[in-house]
Amino acid sequence: MATLLDKPVAPARRVPKAKRRTAVSTPEDRLVTLGCAASASLLTWFVLHLLLDSPGWLADLVVAYAIFLGMLYLVFRDRLGKLAAMDRLVTTIVFTGALGLLLPLLFLLVYIVVKGAPHLRLDFFVEDQSAVSPVDPSTEGGGLHAIIGTLEQTAMALLFVVPLGLLTAIFLNETRSRLRKPVRVFVDAMSGLPSIVAGLFVYAALIIPGAVRGSSFFNYSGFMACIALTVVMLPTVTRTVDVVLRLVPDGLREASLALGASRARTVWSVVLPTARTGVTTAIILGIARVVGETAPLLFTAAGSTLLNLNPFAGQQEALPLFVYRYVQTSVEAQRERGYVGALVLIIIIFVLFAVARIVGRNRTARKPRRTRTRESS
Amino acid sequence: MTITTARAGEPPPARRPIDDAPSRVDKVFRRVTTGGGITVLVLLVVIGFFLTLQSAPALRYAGFGFFSTVEFNTTADSPVFGVLGMLTGTITVALIAVFIAVPISVLAALFITDYAGTRLRGLLTGLVDLLAAIPSLLYGLWGFSFLAPQVEPVTAWLSRNFSWIPLFATKENATLTQSMFVAGLVVSLMVLPITTSIIREVFAQTPPGEKEAALALGGTRWGMVRSVVLPFGRGGIVGGAMLGLGRALGETIAVSLLLPQLPSIVTHVLESGGATISGFIAHNAGISGLGLNAMMAAGLVLFLFTLATNFSASIIISRSRSGAGVDA
Repeated sequence: MATLLDKPVAPARRVPKAKRRTAVSTPEDRLVTLGCAASASLLTWFVLHLLLDSPGWLADLVVAYAIFLGMLYLVFRDRLGKLAAMDRLVTTIVFTGALGLLLPLLFLLVYIVVKGAPHLRLDFFVEDQSAVSPVDPSTEGGGLHAIIGTLEQTAMALLFVVPLGLLTAIFLNETRSRLRKPVRVFVDAMSGLPSIVAGLFVYAALIIPGAVRGSSFFNYSGFMACIALTVVMLPTVTRTVDVVLRLVPDGLREASLALGASRARTVWSVVLPTARTGVTTAIILGIARVVGETAPLLFTAAGSTLLNLNPFAGQQEALPLFVYRYVQTSVEAQRERGYVGALVLIIIIFVLFAVARIVGRNRTARKPRRTRTRESS
Repeated sequence: MTITTARAGEPPPARRPIDDAPSRVDKVFRRVTTGGGITVLVLLVVIGFFLTLQSAPALRYAGFGFFSTVEFNTTADSPVFGVLGMLTGTITVALIAVFIAVPISVLAALFITDYAGTRLRGLLTGLVDLLAAIPSLLYGLWGFSFLAPQVEPVTAWLSRNFSWIPLFATKENATLTQSMFVAGLVVSLMVLPITTSIIREVFAQTPPGEKEAALALGGTRWGMVRSVVLPFGRGGIVGGAMLGLGRALGETIAVSLLLPQLPSIVTHVLESGGATISGFIAHNAGISGLGLNAMMAAGLVLFLFTLATNFSASIIISRSRSGAGVDA
């Protein structure tokens, strides 16, 4: 508490006029910060590159940052005193922490775009790898088979996940069953389930017994991948829908029940329509998370270089598998193919994300309009 | 559902008996939703059951030695295999990841709740969601083709000058690219979204009255954060770290790309070497026979281990939240 309450009387008597600054940042402060940054980077450059042998730009960055923090603290202590200097120091560190969240993402995006974009052709969306040999340049052939596979597997997984996830979320929110607590705990635990375990499970439960009996249905196929993806996706969708349903005001439910509607009717005509946009957003985000999952597909779809439209028989490719397989090879052209696949994957994820944001924004935009119509009628 | 309005002059309608037993529709509704809810429970049990079933031959063969054997060799004439090497690798990578991710998450969460403006706050919350949607595969790809070569000179320098600290020690002329440290670094990026969002949620529940009181007493923002937000959010930080640990334990594809996947007990984390359970399984997909059973057993160990971690994490988080409603 020392920072909050300096000795109550003493400082007030010693410095009666100077007001203590606690949070405001003036243009002068910003200039000083910039100056510190500039001199810290120059000093680092001087010491690490002219006097010593720098071990790389990452080390430069770390050293420069440390010097910058030190300088900032000293300069601000000189100008405004210990308390303000500490505050300034922490503000800077917190700001860096937020940058630490943003920078890797930027690096990653730029890297994949730079590596993938030069080799991306429109052919990628219409051809498969059937007529391609590994040494062909990476602009030959394409990833149609992978895109189709990903689409089919994700769409089928949705067929299971949406009803089940909705039911579970409704169960958690709209009933007063004694089982709610254990179910919620298990959903939480399952959302942390390693995705490879989902693949192993489908392999152990369906594909191994299927192989023993020589079944063509219970073998590597897109459908098996879809089951594994369902296991991965179900808890995330359930949790987000659960959160959305919790936001529906209790007044609406009570009004509906007071009018004599059954609980089922209330959920169907009041709760779900109110939460519609939120539920849609939750499902789209669920898709975005599952589209890049590789681990559950390794033991289930198993990959292929040919177009396989039938998800119920035969190995099927998926975009993540395509990337995973090709980036591990030592052939340059194959690796470039992998990067193109990664670029397409990230584009798909971004499009899904943008759609989710737009759908989510509509909810807030429509709200005032709805109240206005109610007032006028 | 008929509503009768009393007309003037008529006696009020007789009191209607209210039936509070659930109607047939409600019973069906309740049964159907309960069925949906129980599916999740059943699914988890079924997963455990089938993994146990398929790993039984390997466990029967190796006996208790499965948990104390480091190497994993199922193709030799007399197979010797165990999960110990992979398990220690998994835990090492996860711990490195959490140690890097949690401080950054705390700072980022603080920034979102207490430093950023309203607009920026919404933007950053969306960004954390986006980060969670970037697949492990892409992080792994980026990590092994971009980050690992960039980090190598730094780790080389560390091991040259600080090898007296056991953490940074390496053998002479060891390769430094496919190391546990780099794997942990990349996994930490993947753990960031989950830890940040949990910690942010807990920080956001700090009673505003106490925060305002701290500021009104003349405290700086740091003073407010240190004396109100951080003590309040301690449980959330621990819970978020545990949940992040659970995620890090199960990270698969990135680790399988970044580590050589040779099970051993790694004492030099800056050096190339080591394996994790999930990475090893992904790396050896397509194996058959006893090796497959042994991998199922390893998967079972991973399954139980992450379940235990996640359970304790959710207990810690729910405890830290239970006191959250108290606003003095």
